[in-house]
Order: sequence, then C-alpha cells, then structure tokens
Amino acid sequence: MKPTSVYERIQKLSSRADPYPLYTELRRTPVSLQEDGSYVVSTYEEIIALLHDPRVSSDRRNLASPPSPQQDGLPPAFIGLDPPEHDRLRRLTMRHFGPPDTPGKVAGMEGELREIITGLIDGIADRGRADVVDDIAYPFPVTVICHLLGVPREDEPRFHQWAEEIVETLGPGEGDQEERAGRRQAAILALGKYLAELANAHRDRPGDDILSGLVTYKGPDGPMSDIEVITTSALLLVAGHETTVNLIANGTLTMLRDPVLLERLRNEADLVPHFVEELLRYEPPIQFLPNRVALDDITIAGVTIPRGSSIVLALASGSRDPAHTKDPDRFDPDRAYNQHLGFGGGVHHCFGAPLARLEAQIALSELAHRLVNPRLVKDPPEYRPSSTLRGPRHVEVEYDGVVPPAR
Amino acid sequence: MRGREALMYDPDPADDQREQVLRAAAACPVQALHVDRMTTQHRTVRPELPPSPTGGDDDFKRNGRIVIVGASLAGGRAAGVLRRDGFTGSLTLIGDEDHQPYDRPPLSKQVLTGRVSAEGTTLPHLREIEVEWLAGTPATGLDLAAKQVGLADGRRIGFDKVLIATGARARRWPNETEAGLDGVHVLRTLEEAELLRERLDAGVKRVLVVGAGFTGAEVASVCRGLDLPVTVVESGAAPLVGALGGVVGAVAADLQRENGVDLRCEVKVTSLEGDDQGRLTGARLSDGSMVEADVAVIALGAVRNVEWLRNSGLAAGPWGVATDAGCRAVDVNGLVTDDVFVAGDVARFPHPVYHYQFMSLEHWGNAIAQAEIAAHNMLSDQAHRWPHLSLPVFWSLQFGVNIKSVGVPTFADEVVIAHGSVEERRFVAVYGYQGRITAAVTFDQAFWLDFYRRLIEQAAPFPPDFRVVDRQDGARPVPAEVSQRVVPAQGATVMVTGHDPGERRVALANIQDEARH
Ligand SMILES: Cc1cc2nc3c(=O)[nH]c(=O)nc-3n(C[C@H](O)[C@H](O)[C@H](O)COP(=O)(O)OP(=O)(O)OC[C@H]3O[C@@H](n4cnc5c(N)ncnc54)[C@H](O)[C@@H]3O)c2cc1C
Ligand code: HEM
Repeated sequence: MKPTSVYERIQKLSSRADPYPLYTELRRTPVSLQEDGSYVVSTYEEIIALLHDPRVSSDRRNLASPPSPQQDGLPPAFIGLDPPEHDRLRRLTMRHFGPPDTPGKVAGMEGELREIITGLIDGIADRGRADVVDDIAYPFPVTVICHLLGVPREDEPRFHQWAEEIVETLGPGEGDQEERAGRRQAAILALGKYLAELANAHRDRPGDDILSGLVTYKGPDGPMSDIEVITTSALLLVAGHETTVNLIANGTLTMLRDPVLLERLRNEADLVPHFVEELLRYEPPIQFLPNRVALDDITIAGVTIPRGSSIVLALASGSRDPAHTKDPDRFDPDRAYNQHLGFGGGVHHCFGAPLARLEAQIALSELAHRLVNPRLVKDPPEYRPSSTLRGPRHVEVEYDGVVPPAR
Repeated sequence: MRGREALMYDPDPADDQREQVLRAAAACPVQALHVDRMTTQHRTVRPELPPSPTGGDDDFKRNGRIVIVGASLAGGRAAGVLRRDGFTGSLTLIGDEDHQPYDRPPLSKQVLTGRVSAEGTTLPHLREIEVEWLAGTPATGLDLAAKQVGLADGRRIGFDKVLIATGARARRWPNETEAGLDGVHVLRTLEEAELLRERLDAGVKRVLVVGAGFTGAEVASVCRGLDLPVTVVESGAAPLVGALGGVVGAVAADLQRENGVDLRCEVKVTSLEGDDQGRLTGARLSDGSMVEADVAVIALGAVRNVEWLRNSGLAAGPWGVATDAGCRAVDVNGLVTDDVFVAGDVARFPHPVYHYQFMSLEHWGNAIAQAEIAAHNMLSDQAHRWPHLSLPVFWSLQFGVNIKSVGVPTFADEVVIAHGSVEERRFVAVYGYQGRITAAVTFDQAFWLDFYRRLIEQAAPFPPDFRVVDRQDGARPVPAEVSQRVVPAQGATVMVTGHDPGERRVALANIQDEARH
C-alpha cells in the first residue's frame, strides 16, 4: 500500500479537531505535488505570492482537464472568475454593500446586529445548557445575510440544506468524488432555481436589500444578467452563511478553554477586535482555497507548477508559519502585528470581511459578557466533515445563568 | 475607502467612536493605524520578532546621544525604531514646525476636499516615544568636528550620532512680487493645505494649477471634485510625464480632460498677473494666451532643505545629501562618514537595482523604509548594517483612479501594457530597460504590484511573456518616452533576495556571463 500523504491525512475526519500538527509536517515541503496532480502550497510567503500572481486563475475552466460543462449547471460566481469579469461583478455587488457607493453600510448595521444577538442570547436564558452553534452562531449570521440580501428568513430550512451540501462537497473529502460532484451540482441548481424566483419577485417590488439592488441597477458596468444575479446572490448566501458560524463557534471554544482570556474579554473592550483577528489566524474558518489553476508554468520555492495544474492554498497552514509569525501555535490576542490569511488576499480578498468581523466581535463579546460561568460540555466537540470549511458541528455549553445585556 | 480612511486618520476619536477606530485598527491590512500601540511597522518589519542583532557598542545603546533633525515622517519613524530596538540613551528631535509630526499625502487629497481635518493627519507616533522634542526650532548648522547641531536661537546640541531628515519644501514661484499676490498658493505643509482649502471653500472662479506632477494633478482632481473650473499648465508633453514617461502620461492627460480639466501641455506660465489691490487675476502663457484665474497653485516640485548644511562639509546640494546604501552621509570628498545618517526626501542614495545610480525620491514609503534602515544602522556595527534596498513605491489618488508604481519608471527604454485595459483606465504598464523589467505602474490594479516587485527584484526578462488573467492580447512594447538624465553603468544587473530588511542582499546577476565573453 502507498503511504498516505500529509495532505490526505488532513482530510480524514479524525484530524479535524486538531489538524495543526499535520500543517507543521506539510510546511516541510512548501509546495508539494499530490497524487491527483494538484500542488498544495503551505508556507506564508509562497501563499501570499500566489494570491497576488496574475498567472494564477480562480476559474476551474482553465484546468488542463476542465470540468465537463454538463457537470457545471451554472457558470461560476465571481469567486470562481478572473478579472475582468470578476472585477465587474464584484464592483456591481459592492455598489450595494460598501464604499464608495454605499459607505457606512456595515458600520450602520451595528445596532441591528446587537439586537439580533441579544434576542438569541435571551432565548437561552431560561436554560442551563445550550448549543452555541445551533442556538447562536448559526442563526445569527443567517438572519443577518437574509436581511441584507432580501431573502425571507422563513425559507431558511429550504436553502439551509442546499448551502450545507454545497459547502460539504467543496474541496476534497472522503467518499466517491463523482457522487460528491453530482450532489453539489444538484444543490447548486436547486438553490439557483429558488433564487431566480426570488429575484423576479424583487424586480417587481424592490426593497432596500442587495438582491433588489442587483436586479434594478442599470448604471455603468450594469445591468447584471439574470444568471449573474443568481450566481452572485447564491455566493453571498452561502458565503454569509457557512463561514461566520465557524468563527463564532471556534471563538467560543477558544475563550471557554481559557478562563484568563474570558475574564479579559469581559473587562477589556479593546481586546475584542484583536481577539477576533487572532482567531482568524489561529482557527480560521476557511482552511484551504482549493480552486486555483496555473495559467502558465510557475516556479516557486524551487518547484515548477506546470500550466493547467490545480493549486491548493493552505491558508490555515500559512497563518501558522513560524517563518512569518513568532510562536505561531500560541493563541495570543496581544500580538502587536497580526498578519493572517483568514480572509485570503489579492483580488478575491473576502468581500464580506467587514461584516464578518463585526458579527464575530459582537457575538463573542456578548457571549463573554452575558453567560455566567460558562463551561464546555464536550471538548473537543464533534466537527463537521469538511476540512476546507472547518468548524464544530455543536458546541454544547453549560452555564449558571444569563445576565441582561449591558445597554 | 474614503469613509474608512477618514476614520483611520482620526487620532483622537470621541469616546463613542473609539471602539470603531480600534476595530478599524485591528482590521487594517497594513496596520497603518495603531491606537495605543507602537506604530513602527511596515510590510517588511515584524516587530513581534525580537529586535535585530546590532552587535557593537552596548554602551552607546544605553547611554549614547542621538539627535534627529527634521520632525516629520522620516524623523518620527526613526525615533520610534531607535526606541523599539533598544536605544535607551538621550534622543532629541529637532523640528522647525510647531506640530506633532503629521502625514502629508492627505494634504492634497482628503484634507483639501475637507473630508479630513488638518489635525486629523497627525502621525500617531511621537506621543508614545520617549524623546526630547524641540518644536518650532530650526537647525541652522551642523558642526561635524565639534559634533554639534546649531539652532536658530543660538543653542548648540551635542550628539554622538545625528540623523538628517529635513525633507523638502515646496518650490515657490520664482518672481517674488508675483508669488506674493493674494490667491497664489503652494502645498507642502499643514498650514499651506488649510489656507488653500479655506480659499477653495470661499468660492473660486477658476483655479490655475502650474505644473502637472503628482501634486498638481491631485489638486486639479480635488478642484474638479468640488466642481471648480480648473486650468492646468504643464511644460512637458503630458501630466506625470517626468515620473511615468510619455505613454502613461498620455493616459493621465485623457483622464484630466475627461474630467473637465482645461489642460494645456507644452506651454509655460510666463507671468502671473494681479490687480491694483495685489489680488491674482490670471496668468500669461508662453503661447501668448491668457488664463483668468483668482487662485493659482504652484506645483513645480520640491526644494530640498539643505541650506542649514552649507558649511558642514557634507556632500549636500540641491540634489540632496549624498549617502551610501546604508544611509550614511558622504562628505564633499566622497568619503563615507560614520556618525551622520540621512533619511527621507532629503537623501540621495545609490540604488544597486538601478545600476547604482544615485536617486532622490519623494515617496512616503521610501521615507519610512530609509528611516528604519538608518535607525538600525545607527545602532549597529559594520557587520550588522543593512543596505537600503527597498524598491521605490508610490501611490496617488486622482480623478477616482488609484495610481501606483513600483520601481523606477524613468529607468526604461520600453513599456508594455501587460494586462487590463487603457480605455477602461484599469491596467498594468510594465517598464523595461535593456531586456529587464525595471518598473510597473498600475491604474486601479494595485493587486498586481507585488508580483511585479518580485519580477523587478529577480531582474526578470522584459517583455514579460507569460499567460496571465486579464491579458491584453496583441499588446506590444513601445518606446517608453522617458527623459534619461543619467547614463547607467553598463550591465550592472543585480538580483535582490530576502524579505526582511535584515535579510535583503543583492547579487550581481550577470557577472559570470560577462567573464565568459
Ligand atoms: C501634498 C503632498 C502629497 C503627497 N502625496 C504622496 C503620495 O500620495 N504618495 C507618496 O508616496 N508620497 C506622497 N508625498 C510625499 C511624502 O509626503 C514625502 O515623501 C514625505 O513627507 C517625506 O518625509 P520626510 O520626513 O523625509 O520629509 P518631510 O515630510 O519634508 O519632513 C521634513 C521636516 O523637517 C523640517 N525641517 C526642514 N528643515 C529644517 C531645519 N533646518 N531644522 C529643523 N527642521 C527642519 C520640515 O519642516 C519638516 O517638518 C506627498 C507629499 C506632499 C507634500
Ligand atoms: C468569518 C467569516 C468569513 C471568512 C473566514 C471568509 C473568508 C473568505 C476567504 C478566505 C475568501 C477568499 C476566497 C478565494 O480567494 O477564493 C472569501 C471570499 C469571499 N467572501 Fe468571505 N469569509 C467570511 C465571511 C463572509 C461573509 C459574511 C460574506 C458575505 C457577506 C462573505 C462573502 C465573500 C465573497 C462574496 C467572496 C468572494 C470574493 C471574490 O471572489 O472577490 N464572506 N471569504
């Protein structure tokens, strides 16, 4: 039998609770060729270089053996496109989300976010035990993204299933690859159909939400085609859905494992943003970017990646590269200078980063302040299967009470 | 970005904003802002790593006397780095301005538009660094034999080592009477920016901008943003031509005209005209025409502040103060001094990547990088000194376009639009000299800058011929149309390696090829 590669070992569910020692092993070969012909890149400088390298594409159709068209029911959203198409769609979407056309949008949501989180924590006040994932970390960002996008919150059970499916089948995993791709496609199509109907409804009666903005905008760069509206809103829904939950869950684990940290979070308001940045470095929700393609031969760290090859960027490994960060395996929110790969980089740098940061800062600070004597019930918890979007399935906590919100 | 930038430049946020500012600070990708924490980092420095070894004189690090002349970007940064790296002796910062060190780039951008208050540009350094800060105190002389800096008030300050960081000032309109007309402005300092902003606020019929370098172009952009009529007069063939060459300059010209600027190139202002109350009424141009204007902004570049060094024996002149690659000053005989260092706009230093040509830059990033190298070298012995090898990087915001450059675009014989689209004003222009990539300029494509920086450091072949996203099909290199002022040393091509200032070194690229021939 062939020895399994480090990268393959990382995929195993048994590695999910603590993949980090395997990343240390992975970094011994900064650019490593896998059996399937892809190249895994695991060191900080090399990842940064490739994120900013115009010879690296995010469009899978540039692979030497591209996915067959029927397998791909919808064209890629802008996360899977290259400039200039990517730039146009990202610009069109940003018009309804941030500067320069909609500055202050995210900052202006702070009050609303606090209200939502207050309601969710009130909801667990009469119990002594809760699942931070199902009760807080999941419903919170979902409510926010639904509102932002203009998706009825009541429909959540419908698209939740699709979003899960899309995320779990992202990147490599255990089981039959064909079957995974098939499931993924079916979910994408179902979500697409749902969003198409919704988009039509918003065209007729536009509201103050992103989806309405996307379907009604007619200015420079626009309008978006029907298909573009669908792929873009699906991207936002899934991205806004399946990532922040893990950041909040990982943050809860981290602060409940360390009583001193929890106490500091209660007493030092200034610490919260630094805590969240360190989380993005130390326990990032997105561990890999599995979708890059070399458009030309690229020589990096002494290895030549041939044109047409698949490239996997191991973000979580890069953020723990000791050549870049001192004591990388220590959780230290006091780092004077924290450069991490949690939101990727280059042209695809996370679109929702300002929102994700605010969500995590608010949720974690409210949890720290309001739960009295919180304790983890099971540590480590059970994890979701994906190694790419890594996070706990549940975070059960017990507590002695819930104090009212500060303001 | 504007809203966020405004937040970042606010050093004393009201309490209810404080949390937001902290959040922005933690979130800022380049950590340009640090509230409550030391701000002496930039991309290549990681202060959480232990201070770099300096070897040498521990007694000097503990008890020495360092004087820094010029309390602005370079001076302030150097002071921070000296303290960070363990210098506990006496540190004196001499500056002729009354303010805390402040940041100049916003002066021609957010400050002029009124988005950021003038006080909002304060650099968050000095209040946290233990220095003796002599504000409003011009230095008038440097006595190397006595190791003293002379001040205008007659005091003399002794030093063991001194850093010269006196930067530059705006070049004024040469005719003094005309320069004194009410409505004639220059732009370099906070006061000058405030004056000009008040003037623009008060209502203006037409603004005349004399000179279309970066400052002139940015002022014109701000005025158009305020919907003020603007005439720009430039003696060269196009705006920015001195820095970026004729090809990209032509794009900059289109950009100005599309935005309603009355741009006149290859013409000079021959005189400024005033009424009998001494108010500016307009200007006469070399083509015989007249421009009516009640405000003129003289943007004819900068003059280096070297007058105070006149009798110092250093190689100081209109070109700046000459140094070696380690920021040590060179004297008139061409000898390198040991205890005199220079950083920022006032320095003139040899750059190995550009065939060891001496260059003076007026770039924010260069001032920062040089200040760090100078500070490190002030504390280090010969074996631990670092060379200043950062490639020049520059940015400018005009007419809604973010222009950035890396390398030296005038060090080129050809240029090619490597990707993007000139028509859409988003592209990457790559410059080459004798078959090597020497610079890149991006219009709204800053993401690719770092990639080209690496190629320049590797002395990669020009024109680039690989497949990239957003490729311009059929783009051919064309003559760069730059004014070559110096003939470079033949074949002195080097490659730069290393990320940290402490690791960066050069190797001659083709010395073996040469030997074989
Ligand atoms: C309007 C404007 C816009 C700019 N925009 C950009 C930009 O977008 N991007 C970019 O990269 N760069 C930009 N720059 C350039 C950048 O600001 C400079 O490179 C930087 O300020 C250089 O810093 P410095 O400390 O070397 O010199 P300076 O900032 O000039 O500081 C020198 C200091 O020394 C003082 N001084 C002078 N003589 C004496 C003396 N005899 N005794 C005591 N003190 C003295 C001066 O008053 C001053 O305070 C801009 C500059 C200006 C003016
Ligand atoms: C903690 C939470 C989050 C993390 C860790 C995260 C991380 C990332 C990363 C690493 C990328 C880069 C992908 C690539 O380069 O291929 C990315 C892209 C993206 N993210 Fe996020 N994200 C988070 C939350 C969000 C939210 C809340 C939204 C929606 C509002 C969002 C929307 C997007 C979009 C649209 C892209 C694609 C950007 C592009 O291709 O230009 N993300 N994110």
